[in-house]
Amino acid sequence: MNDELRELYQEVILDHNKRPQNFGHLSNSNREADGHNPLCGDHISVSLLLENDKIQDLKFEGQGCAISKASASMMTSAVKGKSVSEAEKIFANFQAMVTSDHEPSEDEAELMGKLTVFAGVRDYPSRVKCASLAWHTLQAALNSADKPVTTE
Amino acid sequence: MLCCLNFLKESSGVMTAVQQRYDVQKVREDFPILSERINGKPLVYLDNANTTQKPLQVIDAISNYYKHMNSNIHRATHVLGERATLAYEGTRGKVRDFLNASSTQEIVFVRNATEGVNLVANTFGKQNIHEGDEILISEMEHHANIVPWQMLCDRVGARLVIIPIDDTGDLILDNLDKLINTRTKLVGIVQMSNVLGTINPVEEIIRIAHSKGVPVLVDAAQSAYHMPIDVQRMDCDFLVFSGHKLYGPTGSGVLYGKKELLEKMDPWQGGGDMILSVSFEKTVYNDIPYRFEAGTPNIAGGVGLGAAIDYITNIGMENIAQHESDLMSYGTEVLQDIDGLRMIGTSRHKASVFSFVLDDVHPHDIGTMLDSDGIAIRTGQHCAHPLLARCGVPATARASIACYNTREEIDALAASIRRVQEFFS
Repeated sequence: MNDELRELYQEVILDHNKRPQNFGHLSNSNREADGHNPLCGDHISVSLLLENDKIQDLKFEGQGCAISKASASMMTSAVKGKSVSEAEKIFANFQAMVTSDHEPSEDEAELMGKLTVFAGVRDYPSRVKCASLAWHTLQAALNSADKPVTTE
Repeated sequence: MLCCLNFLKESSGVMTAVQQRYDVQKVREDFPILSERINGKPLVYLDNANTTQKPLQVIDAISNYYKHMNSNIHRATHVLGERATLAYEGTRGKVRDFLNASSTQEIVFVRNATEGVNLVANTFGKQNIHEGDEILISEMEHHANIVPWQMLCDRVGARLVIIPIDDTGDLILDNLDKLINTRTKLVGIVQMSNVLGTINPVEEIIRIAHSKGVPVLVDAAQSAYHMPIDVQRMDCDFLVFSGHKLYGPTGSGVLYGKKELLEKMDPWQGGGDMILSVSFEKTVYNDIPYRFEAGTPNIAGGVGLGAAIDYITNIGMENIAQHESDLMSYGTEVLQDIDGLRMIGTSRHKASVFSFVLDDVHPHDIGTMLDSDGIAIRTGQHCAHPLLARCGVPATARASIACYNTREEIDALAASIRRVQEFFS
């Protein structure tokens, strides 16, 4: 196995794939959205409780590859308790990290925390959509989009 | 072909004879891309159902066209124009022979199989399918043989009716007699499934459809490079295939249509080359097949397709089919030996496709891991969402073979799959 692949499938990603956090449907949610990637059949839905501009709680469910599942799991931990603008900032940093050579600044890295394990995705352009599906779905949920989002 | 394969399995002596005649290493030498190294490993190309690689003969034919013939066809009064026209029209003759069509008038050049289906839907379909009518397709169709009909149905108020499949991936034809009724105006059926590998009994379906006066379109995108096709014996009314799956260039494809049907069909796209005369008051359309070929076509692609057909014909389609059948039996045995691997599509009449899922590993992850070993497969839904839903899986990993694949490559695939399992365990 080559180094790039090890970089992609880091231990923490494999762990979240096997034991995802915040998996299920949030019973007291007031925002929900479905997201799917028609190319690979990944499907994720996000349900969350938004109060006073803050993501009080959120869960995700669905099926997908290790990257998309781990990304969704770690996203829920990263944005729980955050304001909408904080969550959007994390997403913007995350997106920049997986789609470009942009090295996160110290501040950005701190904001993203463990999410920096997804940096290896940038070497696999076909997997960027897997890593960002949950985030697009979160964004749709925050915007209360009533249509399912896709990564296309 | 199938009885021939059974015979081969029973008689190892014959198998040896076939292997001697079919020198796969020699075939491989014709495909320069097979020497590529991917991630430091030799390329194992098992994504053939997606598109096949191109032999030097095809690459050279295209290069030769641009070096020595490039010109527009059917109109130029100079030598290059004649060369280009001869080469392009020469392919039409080769396709006629390849399909055993009765005339080159029945061979319409299109971009790919998808465009062939769209052409029929927009001409024959528009003229003959109306409100309340039905179009019968199967549960294992590629989107190319679903969506054009669905679009037509939405436009005219017709209805899509579906032939179901069983758990092994065979069509359930018990009720075909009832499914084809007085409302049915067309049957569209895939000859070989791109996901399951199932080979459908198209001749039987055509016989039943014709007994009720219903024409049949056969999607031969997958079958055309795995088995000999004889449109007269099959008696299909339309048949489509893509050149790029047939070791030919992308952007080249064929619609075969029976002459008497094509002659009654309106043109599809308007423009140059599809007309006999044009005034602002009236246009007189060209004869078939040119009536359906507006504008300058993919001439180099057509020339390349001709070279691809020559290539296959020289090796012999029967020889290719036998080689692939041997690989199919071997691969089935080797892959089924892997614990936690489930094959999707286990029909007894099957060719060249291994679709599978692994316990606890998503196909997308399988694809990325195999790629790091230099092995190219396809993962996902294979442009067949309804079929995947029927199979109850969100996606599959699919390895598909062609004339240049070897047993060693199947072994490499199996070893790599075991490494994937180990990694994710």
